[in-house]
Amino acid sequence: MTSEAARVAGAPARAGARISQEKRRRDRRNRILLWAAVVAIMVFCLFPFYWLINTSLKTGQDLSTAKIFPPNPSLDNYKSIFEDSNFTTALRNSVIVSGITTALALVIGSFAGYALARLRFRGKFIMLAIILSITTFPPIAIAAPLFKFWTDLGIYDTLLGLVPPFLAFTLPLTIYVLASFFKEIPKDLSEAALVDGATHFQAFRKVVMPLAAPGLVTAGLLSFIWAWNEFLLAITLTSSPSARPVPPALAFFTGSQKFEVPLGTITAATVVVTVPLVALVLIFQKRIVAGLTAGAVKG
Amino acid sequence: MEAASAAVRQKQKRRSGFSAERRLGTAMMAPSLVVMALVAAFPIGYAIWLSLNEYSVRTPGLSRFVGIDNYTEALGDSRFWDAFRATFIFTGISVSIELVLGVAFALAMHQAFRGRAVLRATVLVPWAVLTFGTGLLWRSIFEPNLGFAPSMLSALGLPGGDVLWYGEDGWAMATLIFADVWKTAPFMALLLLAGLQVIPEEVYDAAKVDGATAWQRFTRITLPLLKPAILVALLFRTLDALRVFDLPFALTNGANGTTTLSLHAYNELTKNRLVGEGSALAVLTFVVVMTVSFLYIRFVGGNIRAMAEES
Amino acid sequence: MAQITLDKLTKRYPDGFEAVKEMSLTVEDGEFVILVGPSGCGKSTALRMIAGLEDITDGELRIGDEVVNDKAPKDRDIAMVFQNYALYPHMSVRDNMGFALKLRGTDKAEIDKKVEEAARILDLEQHLDRRPANLSGGQRQRVAMGRAIVRDPAAFLMDEPLSNLDAKLRVQMRTEVSRIQKNLGTTTIYVTHDQTEAMTLGDRVAVMRSGLLQQVGSPMELYNHPLNLFVAGFIGSPAMNFMPATVEGETVKLPIGDVRLPDEVHGRLGGTEGKTLIAGVRPENFEDASLVGDARDRGSTFPAHIEVLESLGSELYAHFTVASEQQIESQELRELAEDVGGGEVPMAGEEGRIVARLDPASEVRVGQESELWVDATRVHLFDPEDGRNLTTDAKGPAAVDGGQGGRDPEAAPPPAETR
Ligand SMILES: Nc1ncnc2c1ncn2[C@@H]1O[C@H](COP(=O)(O)OP(=O)(O)OP(=O)(O)O)[C@@H](O)[C@H]1O
Ligand SMILES: [Mg+2]
Repeated sequence: MTSEAARVAGAPARAGARISQEKRRRDRRNRILLWAAVVAIMVFCLFPFYWLINTSLKTGQDLSTAKIFPPNPSLDNYKSIFEDSNFTTALRNSVIVSGITTALALVIGSFAGYALARLRFRGKFIMLAIILSITTFPPIAIAAPLFKFWTDLGIYDTLLGLVPPFLAFTLPLTIYVLASFFKEIPKDLSEAALVDGATHFQAFRKVVMPLAAPGLVTAGLLSFIWAWNEFLLAITLTSSPSARPVPPALAFFTGSQKFEVPLGTITAATVVVTVPLVALVLIFQKRIVAGLTAGAVKG
Repeated sequence: MEAASAAVRQKQKRRSGFSAERRLGTAMMAPSLVVMALVAAFPIGYAIWLSLNEYSVRTPGLSRFVGIDNYTEALGDSRFWDAFRATFIFTGISVSIELVLGVAFALAMHQAFRGRAVLRATVLVPWAVLTFGTGLLWRSIFEPNLGFAPSMLSALGLPGGDVLWYGEDGWAMATLIFADVWKTAPFMALLLLAGLQVIPEEVYDAAKVDGATAWQRFTRITLPLLKPAILVALLFRTLDALRVFDLPFALTNGANGTTTLSLHAYNELTKNRLVGEGSALAVLTFVVVMTVSFLYIRFVGGNIRAMAEES
Repeated sequence: MAQITLDKLTKRYPDGFEAVKEMSLTVEDGEFVILVGPSGCGKSTALRMIAGLEDITDGELRIGDEVVNDKAPKDRDIAMVFQNYALYPHMSVRDNMGFALKLRGTDKAEIDKKVEEAARILDLEQHLDRRPANLSGGQRQRVAMGRAIVRDPAAFLMDEPLSNLDAKLRVQMRTEVSRIQKNLGTTTIYVTHDQTEAMTLGDRVAVMRSGLLQQVGSPMELYNHPLNLFVAGFIGSPAMNFMPATVEGETVKLPIGDVRLPDEVHGRLGGTEGKTLIAGVRPENFEDASLVGDARDRGSTFPAHIEVLESLGSELYAHFTVASEQQIESQELRELAEDVGGGEVPMAGEEGRIVARLDPASEVRVGQESELWVDATRVHLFDPEDGRNLTTDAKGPAAVDGGQGGRDPEAAPPPAETR
């Protein structure tokens, strides 16, 4: 239609330009829609987190107003949680338990991941089945037995007691992520090492491991975050502040005033334990996404 | 002759090479297996034993074998079925919303625009927030006077402004779902984004030339090709949701119809000190989760495998 | 069925890169046009603009009588065959082929009929219910063809459709494509960088280089009358031999000896006296001097020291080197060598390798001094600065295309002048 008119006018090149303008308008509308969606997603993701920070900066009377900006921003809540030895101990406990769990998971998980990715041995399928079924385990199912064993062994309510179950639950993910990284390292490399006279284990340690460093970072982060997050086992296997990691400590938080949900301090505590994680995740964004999706795409 | 025996030697050597490989494989698997068996599989067996006994609350260590009494008792208790229903309502609704939002987010993140990297990073923020903290966070949003949601809703004159959100039946479940959707829809989106990224651009070009509109390309190309990623993401999320514990603990402490299976078992075990009944409930939770994952893999998993083999 | 007209089509990518520059070309109804050029020259971009998959930055595109610049691909009635086939992995062969019709709301019986007909033509009947992933490369390629045929579109666009097949299958499918196009008589634009496909498949060939159309014409026109150094070197395999040349009166001095040029060629060389030019001679324009016979007068003979002989039975290639005091410094030639792929264009600098195709009956021997002959009427002379062919009377793509394209010959300068 438009082109017909243009032909009559005898200015085809102009017509092209005019139609292009229509198209440009359409493109602009699409871009606006896209940007609207992007902004909506950002608000969805960030606003609740902002509200947490907002609440943590309010004190006293302000804590009963829904002001979008804290009227009298104050760091008092932060001061008071850092003066609370229960909280600082919990932070220390979380760092220790998550750190040890992660280190152990990386060592023994990389062995298993390599075996699954590269070695031929019997029962591989069963291993995979076991690993997968552990990921579906509800932790509640082993809470009571572990409570009993740990009491008998004398490691109930100790940091040491938290490491084995954390390890058992982070291993499947660690193994899975590492195996998928190992699979991507060209087989030729380890085969070249074998031909050069290395044993399988030497090929693993000297050739494959150094190349899998990014995979280790990914698996390590995921495992650390898992352990940092774990709540159910942490609350059932500890009973005193000296052994409690952060999540159960938050559950027992009372803050300065009694008989009142201490929302100011509790949100401040949540911010404090979350911000390092958010920072880690943002710094290692690419690695984490690679790890999270390692399983999903390959099925 | 000489050559033949050399070949045999060669073969033997190769075979011994294989057995070394096999031994190493088993050895490398061993530590992980031991940990998982000792700390996860063996306790499950013990939990079953615990659930078949009755324990004296007054005299620690005193117990007697009661068979499946604990189970009949648990199954005859309406609180179990309440928890069962709450768990499935929570799972069904939150996972559905997460799927829809996840697909929408993934599509937006897949577009080419400046600042795409920023968006992809932003989406990881909710995922990085402590799960227990997420409960507290949403509590601060739904808190009657202080919270953003009630004040916003009453300012707009919408229903829900004067509701004590996490303290009323129905609304409490809604807050729980909000919290879960916020925390995990972005995670879902990342999984689906990875699925989108493996669909070749050329296929969309072909569909355009074949006359498909944008909507048709979405329903007839994107969705079917995204199906494997969707199924995997759904499985992960469903299993997580069925086990949910931290969120109701932090947000509602199980009040107003938000006691999930895990939370119910936990309360019986720790608050009420009922080791036998609690263990039976824990085992039942385990069975429910296992059944769902078995059914899922049985009926949908074959599908995934078939698709994986095809591509 | 329709005519496709590109009128000064230009594509500038968002990063500012101009992939196609003012391309003008008319493809007649039912015509089979081949688009060739080195990798990255903009062939796919041009094709995708025609398909509607890339926005047109400037210029006008007409299919039939309609300007389609801003039409979506689905409204252009064109079918496309992609390099990687782009089959829908989740659909059976039948559904792949019927997809476009289904989207258009064609009724099922009609779709089935058309799909089965196409399957018969392409010998895919037994595979209709299989998934693309389970097919061989050749079968997938045919499904991709089938998907295009079923639609009975105004035009086929094919982007290197055979490049993913192995050599034997490629030859087989080449004839297949040609046969199908002839039978259906559908306007076709076919992108390739394969010499043989370019020379054998199309009615006309359009040569592109860095986004610029170099020459359009029948395969023989391009072969015999290349407008510039680039087309000369790009078309033909083994490639044309290049060497420095100086015109002195009626003769041209080449490293292999002096050659007398035909009068009409000499007439076009005004003003080049004494300048160093580039001479181009195709391998088959050499011959063993003892086997030339009557044609001897058309050229001149020279001694050559044969270093390598390659006999393919029906063909015999003799390689020899010539030394020359002259050196040619030509940007054009260097770029050509890069475009065509290192070493394929013999560069007669200080020491040039020459390939000659001789009669298999020739008795020349490796390591011997042999008497060879060169056909003087087939010696091309190029301007080293702009690559222009000084020995041809054709006037650039406009002139070659003029009869059919009907575009203003002054609209675009001949490519030689664009540098
Ligand atoms: N999206 C884009 N943005 C910027 N430049 C691009 C884009 N797509 C292609 N190009 C550039 O445009 C030029 C032409 O690309 P095109 O794909 O058309 O080449 P081609 O002739 O088809 O090459 P080949 O034979 O390798 O397929 C190339 O130099 C390429 O780098
Ligand atoms: Mg291309």
